[in-house]
Amino acid sequence: MNRFARIWDSDVAWSFRHSPVAMAAAFMALLIVLAAALAPLIAPYDPFNPATLNLMDGFTPPMEPNMISGNVYWLGTDNQGRDIFSTILYGARISIFVGFSAVVFAMVLGIGLGLTAGWRGGWVDSALMRIADIQLSFPSILIALLIFGIARGLIPPSMREDLAIWVLIVSIGLADWVQFARVVRGATLVEKNKEYIQAARVIGVRPVRMVLGHILPNVMGPVLVIATISLALAIIAEATLSFLGVGVPPTQPSLGTLIRIGQGFLFSGEWWILLFPSITLLALALSVNLLGDWLRDALNPKLR
Amino acid sequence: MIAYILRRLFQSIVVMLVVGLVSFSLFRYVGDPVATMMGQEASVADRAELRERLGLDDPFFVQFANYLGRAASGNFGISYRLQQPVMELILSRLPATLELAFVSGILAFVVGVSFGVYTALNRSGMLSSSIMTLSLIGVSLPTFLIGILLIWLFAVELRWLPSFGRGETVRLGYWTTGFLTPSGRASLILPAITLGLYQMTLIMRLVRAEMLEVLRSDYIKFARARGLSNRAIHFGHALKNTMVPVVTIAGLQLGSIIAFAIITETVFQWPGVGALFINSVQFVDIPVMAAYLMLIALIFVVINLVVDLLYYAIDPRLRIEQSGARH
Amino acid sequence: MIARFRTNGLSMPGRSLLLAAAASLLLGSAAHAETLRWARVGDALTLDPHSANEGPTSTLLHHIYETLVERGLDGSLQPRLATEWSIHADDPTVWVFKLREGVKFHDGADFTAEDVVASVTRVTSETSDFKGLHAAVAGAEAIDDYTVHIKTNGPSPLYVQNLTNFFIMDKGWIEANGVENPQDFKAGEEKYTVRNTNGTGPYVLESRDPEVRTVLKLNENHWAEKPAVTEIIYTPIKEAATRVAALLSGEVDFVQDVPVQDIARLQETQSVAVTTGPENRTIFFSYDMTSDSLISLAGDNPFKKPEVREAMALALDRDAIKTVVMRGQSVPGAQNVPPFANGYDAELDAYGAPDYDKAKALLAEAGYPDGFSVDFHCPNDRYLNDEAICQAFVGMLGRIGVKANLVSQSRTVHFPAIQNLQVDFYLLGWGVPPFDSQYVFDFLVHSREDARGGWNGSRYSNPEVDAKIKSLATETDLEKRDATIAEIWKQVQDDRVFLMVHNQVLAYATKANIEIAVHPENQPSMTNVTFK
Repeated sequence: MNRFARIWDSDVAWSFRHSPVAMAAAFMALLIVLAAALAPLIAPYDPFNPATLNLMDGFTPPMEPNMISGNVYWLGTDNQGRDIFSTILYGARISIFVGFSAVVFAMVLGIGLGLTAGWRGGWVDSALMRIADIQLSFPSILIALLIFGIARGLIPPSMREDLAIWVLIVSIGLADWVQFARVVRGATLVEKNKEYIQAARVIGVRPVRMVLGHILPNVMGPVLVIATISLALAIIAEATLSFLGVGVPPTQPSLGTLIRIGQGFLFSGEWWILLFPSITLLALALSVNLLGDWLRDALNPKLR
Repeated sequence: MIAYILRRLFQSIVVMLVVGLVSFSLFRYVGDPVATMMGQEASVADRAELRERLGLDDPFFVQFANYLGRAASGNFGISYRLQQPVMELILSRLPATLELAFVSGILAFVVGVSFGVYTALNRSGMLSSSIMTLSLIGVSLPTFLIGILLIWLFAVELRWLPSFGRGETVRLGYWTTGFLTPSGRASLILPAITLGLYQMTLIMRLVRAEMLEVLRSDYIKFARARGLSNRAIHFGHALKNTMVPVVTIAGLQLGSIIAFAIITETVFQWPGVGALFINSVQFVDIPVMAAYLMLIALIFVVINLVVDLLYYAIDPRLRIEQSGARH
Repeated sequence: MIARFRTNGLSMPGRSLLLAAAASLLLGSAAHAETLRWARVGDALTLDPHSANEGPTSTLLHHIYETLVERGLDGSLQPRLATEWSIHADDPTVWVFKLREGVKFHDGADFTAEDVVASVTRVTSETSDFKGLHAAVAGAEAIDDYTVHIKTNGPSPLYVQNLTNFFIMDKGWIEANGVENPQDFKAGEEKYTVRNTNGTGPYVLESRDPEVRTVLKLNENHWAEKPAVTEIIYTPIKEAATRVAALLSGEVDFVQDVPVQDIARLQETQSVAVTTGPENRTIFFSYDMTSDSLISLAGDNPFKKPEVREAMALALDRDAIKTVVMRGQSVPGAQNVPPFANGYDAELDAYGAPDYDKAKALLAEAGYPDGFSVDFHCPNDRYLNDEAICQAFVGMLGRIGVKANLVSQSRTVHFPAIQNLQVDFYLLGWGVPPFDSQYVFDFLVHSREDARGGWNGSRYSNPEVDAKIKSLATETDLEKRDATIAEIWKQVQDDRVFLMVHNQVLAYATKANIEIAVHPENQPSMTNVTFK
């Protein structure tokens, strides 16, 4: 842990301070995440409570009073009379939650299986890597679609609305663990044969401790990079799945669902329903991607 | 070697069977094909009768076994939706998808490698940073939105390119191609960009990272010391060494091309297998869904097998050490 | 080498001029050749005339095959291959059809009574998807070359109304190609009729690539007046935005499925014209009003209480749904039958403004002062803005304290769930092809037995009403029959079996120089297209 912290304190922080792109991206990402996290406090309306919606407020343009109610909405309203600004905040909350949880799920699963494969070797290793090969080459969206299909069959309709998010997280996460597993396994194979591990083994340090204490810290760098890139990908994947009709319920839209809905208004003149959620998603995914980019370079000592 | 190939072949068949079995266990959750196959006047008894006739009430493993039995004799059934033999349908749609994937792959590769090399050689230039940032925009928006926006801009506003379909195609034996006609080539542009954008960004980043690493390696330093020209070093040595991992990773990304082809084909009404699959899911056209999934599984099993055999042939150690550290 | 040629209205000046010149040379004398590029959301599933009872399939087939009678633009029955039809003077179980003379099939064979008999046999066979519409048929008989008797089991005064999608095939062609039965999916073999046609219709099949392009050419030997359109290029475009884009960019001439939100904008666009008209399809909610308990709610079934059903009706703001969700493109109403169908009653169709306070009071009276929570099933790929309608109603119900958990899914899951009585509360749409209320009662009101009540998700079961519904099928005294229909409607409305929302409105968008009338069954014929 000590070593990791030292890197963080010196080189990476230095690189961060000298990269305006990284700082801007971090600022943007932080802003969106904060706004999303504090949505119930910031948002002027609660778009997820259908009882508070007034259908007649629908399609109000940004900054213009509604013709009937006279209400003004900063970014306008959508086809259900939802305030776009509030809906974006709540939607970003869902998108970020889904993306983050999916990556954590994939990361934990990938690291666990990667360590196991690398450490145990033998048939465990080949079996796990075979599965990884197959999955890596199989379209991830297809995997997510299949998992979603299974879950829909197993969950009673009454609970679907509540569980939809979790199903989504597992679907995206399961499609994404392989990269983590491969990196961790590779690093484990290298570390396993180093002398300090051999020595630790001789003096009887328990394998679990060895793996967690010595091998894991060594792979945290690349894992963090993959996690950042995966986060952006997971957020986009959620949007793509919603286009295919799989995803969160329309009464609790994510950013992706909002874009899918807004896409239907591209030619009808209500540009704000599509534009604002798209910009938010772009800003979010782009800043996370830029951060991942910077992190990749910063953690690679050869590039400095 | 032969034992290894046999073992891998056996594993591949097991994979195919597992994919098939999982698919069949899922179909009943997708919906009831009878609901879309019969008009609203069909009575409850008529529906039950059709379901019975199609064997939809059987347990999924029985359905799967029956399916395998028929498939073994080359009969993949009749599409519930379009009433034509499934294999014929898929084969007639395959050229569209392959041509689209081919063009977008080439596009991604050429543009990706050029930009990658440029940004690696000019690390801190303004243009490099702009390319790096702009390329990320392509992967920060969902594919379907990019497709719709391209249609809006280039088909509706500018009227430069067609908004849907493959244009005019030419039949060459079993293959239909859009390469030989002006409208066929024009129709390819927007879908190919939409589909290739993600790959392009990926390849560009990969090339850049690999180049930077190679340029720092000892043998490049030696080459410089030997007085070789920059051009020879960059393209003769560095790029050449970069290509192996790039090609490997890009090849493995074939899966995402096929997956995103589903979206791209839907948005552009591109008559390929991806659009066929999505329409089949919405109709619960079980024979087509089953054949599509098995086909995808087959393609990937074959690719994996070939890649592994190549590794095996080149260097047996590579097989063990092909960790994905190059991300 | 077969090159499929298509002009796509794109600006590639030099080349397209050249191609146009070449095309006109090829076409030679056909100076007034007019091609219509027609796009809609889905393709015809098959070209077999009796294999798929599905809108787009029948619509396309109407151009190749013909029916005995057809539905006119005003909803009335019009002669087509039959010139006259009536119930036999001496036998109320026999329908008599006089056939059009001098009609030829595309392959040159003469159209005679034997062809009708062969088609009746085929459409009533085991694998026909239309057999439900011909369930009353006992047999057909050719009296002479141009007279056919169709015998039914018992009097069937409305049978002729079921014939608007009954396509006539050539007997000789059926036998020559061994297509006595429509597609059998189990047999695993494709029937000749899936890709080959031989009808009497105004157009002949030129080429077909399913889900890509179907080309029809004018049938020069057709019996009717020559239409303006001489070639039809039919292309399905699934994505709504892409479909509208193709029209705006001039790549198609006629878009049949226009998203409601785009209508206003398209109307303002110079190069585009939009025609709207009422469709034969109602959209309504219904609920399990009979069972003692619900699937998604523990305890008693609230829908069993008339006060709850009334409260839900008071919460439904039809005008808001029309204005916002449907962008003004719907005809709201309270009676679950289209205005042009027999049995429609303007009085029953009248609806009031929502009254949330009264609704809340009624709920409290029924024992639900805090409302209740229930699953609400909705299709998301079947009707115009179906999911958005449900979403809007969820909000309205929320205002009276009823929490509806929206379960929106594909029709492939939604419809079987209704048929298998697995939903408590749902949205459904219903078209009435025979234009008579009996069709609504048979499927939606009658308790479930035999062929009746298959879509009755309300589980409504009233023996008195059932008896009346049954009597409609054989009642030949039309005045008496209409009186019975009125009685049934009165009861159905009093019991609030349906919570009707609106009738759908159809919108066709075309290039500005093209005129096409909206067909109430959404089966437009390109023979009616005119160019300005």
